[in-house]
Amino acid sequence: MDILASLGDGFAIALTWQNLGLALLGCFLGTIMGALPGLGPSNGVAILIPLAFTLGLGATPSLILLTSVYYGAMYGGRISSILLNIPGDEPAMMTCLDGYPMAQKGLAGEALSLSGVASFVGAFLATWGLILLAPQLVKIALLFGPAEYFALFALAFMTLGGVSSTNQAKSAFAAALGLGLATIGVDTQTGVPRFTFGEVHLYDGLDFLVAIVGLFALSEVFIFLENRHGGSDAAGHKMKIGRLYPPLSMLKTCTPTMLRTSFLGFIAGVLPGAGASLGSFISYSMEKRLVDKDGTFGTGDPRGVAAPEAGNNAAAGGALVPMLALGVPGSGTTAVLLAVLLSLNITPGPLLFTNNPDVVWGLIAALFIANFMLLAMNIPMVGLFTRVLLIPSRILMPIVAMVSFVGIYGISGSSFDLLVMIGFGVMGWVLRKLDVPLVPVILGTLLGNAMENNLRRAVTIDNGNWGTLIDSPLSIGLWAVALIGFVLPLIIGARVRAKMHQRRDEDGAISD
Amino acid sequence: MSDRVFGIVGVLLAIGYALAALTIEESFLSDAVGPKAFPLIIAALLGISSAVIALRPDPEPHWPALGRLAEIFGAVVVMILYAEMLPIAGFVLATVFAAAYLAWRLGSKPVEALLTGIGTSVGIYSVFHLLLGLSLARGPWGF
Repeated sequence: MDILASLGDGFAIALTWQNLGLALLGCFLGTIMGALPGLGPSNGVAILIPLAFTLGLGATPSLILLTSVYYGAMYGGRISSILLNIPGDEPAMMTCLDGYPMAQKGLAGEALSLSGVASFVGAFLATWGLILLAPQLVKIALLFGPAEYFALFALAFMTLGGVSSTNQAKSAFAAALGLGLATIGVDTQTGVPRFTFGEVHLYDGLDFLVAIVGLFALSEVFIFLENRHGGSDAAGHKMKIGRLYPPLSMLKTCTPTMLRTSFLGFIAGVLPGAGASLGSFISYSMEKRLVDKDGTFGTGDPRGVAAPEAGNNAAAGGALVPMLALGVPGSGTTAVLLAVLLSLNITPGPLLFTNNPDVVWGLIAALFIANFMLLAMNIPMVGLFTRVLLIPSRILMPIVAMVSFVGIYGISGSSFDLLVMIGFGVMGWVLRKLDVPLVPVILGTLLGNAMENNLRRAVTIDNGNWGTLIDSPLSIGLWAVALIGFVLPLIIGARVRAKMHQRRDEDGAISD
Repeated sequence: MSDRVFGIVGVLLAIGYALAALTIEESFLSDAVGPKAFPLIIAALLGISSAVIALRPDPEPHWPALGRLAEIFGAVVVMILYAEMLPIAGFVLATVFAAAYLAWRLGSKPVEALLTGIGTSVGIYSVFHLLLGLSLARGPWGF
């Protein structure tokens, strides 16, 4: 019963006034960001990272704040899906299918509260899954040497495009671009400068926080400018909510659905290259196939609301497993969370569990607490968040841009970093127009150095023999999975994609 | 067409990157792999993927009209000016202008845009500087 004892320690860490306050703040901001179309979990967390640093927060409090935002955004996405038929973030896309018809039938309140409960069930079960699965994964990861780690990184990149990837060449391009950006700066092994072109600012390398905020947050501002989308999507919609509690009978019929889809979503979250959007998609499709005997899905069936919400929240929890246990994130938002850990000089991966158990278990305990807070916030107080939808983006987007600038300036105090961030913003806009995913770029800048170091360590240990990379059964296995993960989307990708993205646009590039 | 151009730019980028990698000075104390190998692998990957993009382009993306592009260009110029002026004009003043410009270009009326700018600037200043103690750029008047 190690786990329960560790969890108890975690609660002792999480239950301080400061941490509770941060969790509450994170849940609140996260729900708002999730609800607002245009801000999703990954850019929401990205904007808040600099805030966490400038507050001088330690590792555990920063992570508590930011993962609360992450969980909160997963809850918040459903609000505009149900009320406006516009997904607040990508994982909430499937919730539109039955949520909006329910709202049109006058059942908006029921849909919101039911999806709140479903989100809670999904996230709650996934947090237990995280507790049970992560330590097992750590045991395997402890067997990894440099060669296996190199293979693992390659696997992460090759599967990142995901089953629903539009174009594997573009995913590969994005990964290579990110890795290339990571090589800028002084080489950590030999001390020679690389790709700095004599610019002193570049000797330290590019700060990946600058890259993240530019790519995710500023590019969003450009997208809004391009479409001159200054109004609020809620304008002109009647947002009557009605009763705020789902009838017990509705909860009862949805319970098996929620349990099944939580499990499925969790698995989707753990697997590399899947993430929350796919989690909610397969949850919805499976439930439709399984229980939709009268053809009511798509016309406002409560089970069609519960399934994707439980699925995407469970996937959000599942995605934390590889990030914490292996140090290799499988989705956009967990990549951003990894950036937080790296900036705080904490290396995620198997050693995290032995060296910084307080961080891991404090975080997990905070996730439980945040989940209850979110349930409380999202059912009785949902009316508050629907007001947020009325803020027009011509006011919101300048604030987003300015907070990004303040955050980056607060970390480094240099105008040079701001210019680099603008550069990344423009690059992010162009790449999104060309449908190149941004998450591999981020992951490349984050993991590039670690990947190169492992490669060089492995080859150096074996006296310059490159064959060592595929020497052990473990690394061969990892390479095999990586290859399958890369090739599979080429075969089945088109089919999944067509079903999943009826409206694939720029948003697909930062999908989670 | 866009993807063909994009792919060709990518290939050129890969070549430039590879050439820059070849000029990296080797230290006399090097490991077995050296500082060049990994960038060269990346350059190959970048080149191959760009070539594939150029040879098998996706459907044309929806590019905005010239006016909209100018809009984005204008915003970039304002942001660059903002970054450069920040240490000179101070945070509050620079931010009022930048935020008001963005709000105006997103469709606010001039008065509303100015109010958004002032609100954003003063709001961020009070929350981040006065409340949280973050050091922001100081202008000639100390704010």
